[in-house]
Amino acid sequence: MVDTAFGAPGTIPPAEVADVELYHPHSFVTKYVFSQDAKVIAIQYSLTAVAIGLIALVLSWLMRLQLGFPGTFSFIDPNQYLQLITMHGMIMVIYLLTALFLGGFGNYLIPLMVGARDMVFPYVNMLSYWIYLLAVLVLVASFFVPGGPTGAGWTLYPPQAILPNTPGHEYGIILMLVSLIIFIIGFTMGGLNYVVTVLQGRARGMTLMRLPLTVWGIFTATVLALLAFPALFVGCVMMLFDRLLGTSFFMPAISQLGEQLKYGGGSPILFQHLFWFFGHPEVYIVALPAFGIVSDLISTHARKNIFGYRMMVWAIVGIGALSFIVWAHHMYVSGMNPYFGFFFATTTLIIAVPTAIKVYNWILTLWRGDIHLTIPMLFALAFIVTFLNGGLTGLFLGNVVVDVPLSDTLFVVAHFHMVMGVAPILVVFGAIYHWYPKITGRMLNEAMGQIHFWVTFIGAYAIFFPMHYLGLLGMPRRYHDMGQTSFVPDSAHTLNAFISVAALTVGAAQVVFLFNLFWSVRHGKEAGGNPWRATTLEWQTPQTPPGHGNWGDELPVVHRWAYDYSVPGAERDFIPQNEPPAARPA
Amino acid sequence: MGIVILLIAGLAGIVFWWLSTQRLGSKPWLEQGAIGEFPGTGATALPAGKLGLGVLVAVIAALFALFLSAYVMRMQIGDWSPLPKPRLLWVNTGVLVLSSAALHWAMRAAGRGERDALAGGLLVGAASALGFVLLQLLAWRELVALGYGVASGPAGGFFYLLTAVHAIHLLGGVAALALPIAKMRRDAPAGEIGASVELCALYWHFLLIVWIVLFAVLLLT
Repeated sequence: MVDTAFGAPGTIPPAEVADVELYHPHSFVTKYVFSQDAKVIAIQYSLTAVAIGLIALVLSWLMRLQLGFPGTFSFIDPNQYLQLITMHGMIMVIYLLTALFLGGFGNYLIPLMVGARDMVFPYVNMLSYWIYLLAVLVLVASFFVPGGPTGAGWTLYPPQAILPNTPGHEYGIILMLVSLIIFIIGFTMGGLNYVVTVLQGRARGMTLMRLPLTVWGIFTATVLALLAFPALFVGCVMMLFDRLLGTSFFMPAISQLGEQLKYGGGSPILFQHLFWFFGHPEVYIVALPAFGIVSDLISTHARKNIFGYRMMVWAIVGIGALSFIVWAHHMYVSGMNPYFGFFFATTTLIIAVPTAIKVYNWILTLWRGDIHLTIPMLFALAFIVTFLNGGLTGLFLGNVVVDVPLSDTLFVVAHFHMVMGVAPILVVFGAIYHWYPKITGRMLNEAMGQIHFWVTFIGAYAIFFPMHYLGLLGMPRRYHDMGQTSFVPDSAHTLNAFISVAALTVGAAQVVFLFNLFWSVRHGKEAGGNPWRATTLEWQTPQTPPGHGNWGDELPVVHRWAYDYSVPGAERDFIPQNEPPAARPA
Repeated sequence: MGIVILLIAGLAGIVFWWLSTQRLGSKPWLEQGAIGEFPGTGATALPAGKLGLGVLVAVIAALFALFLSAYVMRMQIGDWSPLPKPRLLWVNTGVLVLSSAALHWAMRAAGRGERDALAGGLLVGAASALGFVLLQLLAWRELVALGYGVASGPAGGFFYLLTAVHAIHLLGGVAALALPIAKMRRDAPAGEIGASVELCALYWHFLLIVWIVLFAVLLLT
């Protein structure tokens, strides 16, 4: 399947691939369980990520019940509340979004979009999923151990993460750290595949500048993840040493309840540096695939080529590079050297430039486009607005003087939910509505899609817009109960109750979506091979859903870029990437 | 975090150099047409295995650069006291050099198609790698006997941590030797075995460099 002569000047590799080179499943188990086919692995990744994400969704309902109606739900005590926020955050960021964008969409789309038969290392790819599943199971196990899961906050800051009196300090924190370590090992296996497949598995004629932006986004995000996750790995291993072996990497001399603990000399800020060296690129690990996917959705559903393709590519690469030198803007209040704050505020504002370029280009793509308000397009448009909102509050928080008073308030919660919670999830939904017909051969139900979209979109704003206001009032995050606080007026409590009702409503809308997913597998409208009349290679497969090996006997040959929509003089309003150019005048 | 930033800047340099050869300034919307008209921008000619190993090496290098960054930052806090340096570590270093050399020799033998020399090289390489790990354990025992356990101080903690992480990567390499050995057993074509052995040898050389850096840091601090 892999032709080493690819790209050598003057050589054209054979289009036909000997049958023996493909891995062939022979039984149900090797076909659907221990499968080495990237498409099956993608679905396994996605279903697992969605399942664990639903748990995190339920956790957020419990939090909202407590915040909206304090004192009513006596079964949520302060410790449990801390466990809820910790597990909600960690699951959503890592086990849902990272796994879904890279493990799910990456696995499904990379081989199809670049015109490969499968990932380059299918066996390692399979291992990647099973190791991810193990990480999820270890994480879930922490709900059932004595003391419950850790309540250290999703950032797991020492010293409190491993001190007695933090919920889950006995076993919860250990399982959390072990689960993260396992996740990173599994991710690295998958990430190797995504990078090497893009570099090495592209079909003939698929130059880098002909790649759909989805592939650019996932590829760059994978490179970031491969280099950033080791920082989390190092932090987790060292904290595990502190917790289990009594070292003092992160633990300062500390006494608790009048008793001197065995630790001394360690640096909690060291952990923060390691955590955020991973944590900030993580924002872009989630955002870059979303950027890429949304570019393709907008172009396809507005029947217009993407505006400024080159600039979009450069912006993705530029954001990727810059994302490694902004991490300490999460640490303005950590007590680090104030001069660092100046440096990191500057880099943070610089990274807004390529990001803004992308937003302008999406809008200019829409301008005078033939906009079809399909469900994927609705989600894509909602993403642009939401990402812009979240990005603008990011400019506030990127400045030290504004961040210091707003730090640890609900303003921060509102900001990061808008920018890396709601915005990427909107893209996930848009992408599922867009590619579901390719994966199953049937369309998702339109009416249910409309309900899902409008409730989710308006509901998300009902949740997070007022939260900015609560944050400006100074309402702190991570508090189980505000109690009698003079600066929080009664109206703020009413607003909190409103937010909770909105959150439960949005949650209910997701049930409609889930039902649609399963219902449409059998009852959806037949989609055909290319229902959106799109140009990219995955829509040109001989079978829908694509068969094993993706392409039948011959690999596709690419003749043009991914955005030939509404080309003047062309027969149809789209020209697939693998369509040869019309005969040129001599 | 200076060390890891330097490493990532270096990697970014490689990436940008490679991207600069990929016609990122071209206007793809104007360029339709057959393959061959845009030279040098197809999929890379490197074999997948080598490319994959290269990416893996970059990830592991980032991992150790981050450990060393943490090491340097932790050192700056007042309670650092140096560790005694067991003489044994020099012997261990020699054994690891031997292991790396044996695999290099195996790679050469595979290139010449000498099966026996190849088998011998792999055997010596694997045995000396395992020997290295055992000797590292002896060095641990020596330090523990001197009263420098894992919780004795930050230098001790880092020593056990870094040697353990390095040894685990080496053991992973030994496990990966099963691949070329399996290929030899089923009489795979010489080129296939050679490619496999070459990957192992490159990985060994990389881990040798990592160990030498770790050892130097240990000796100097």
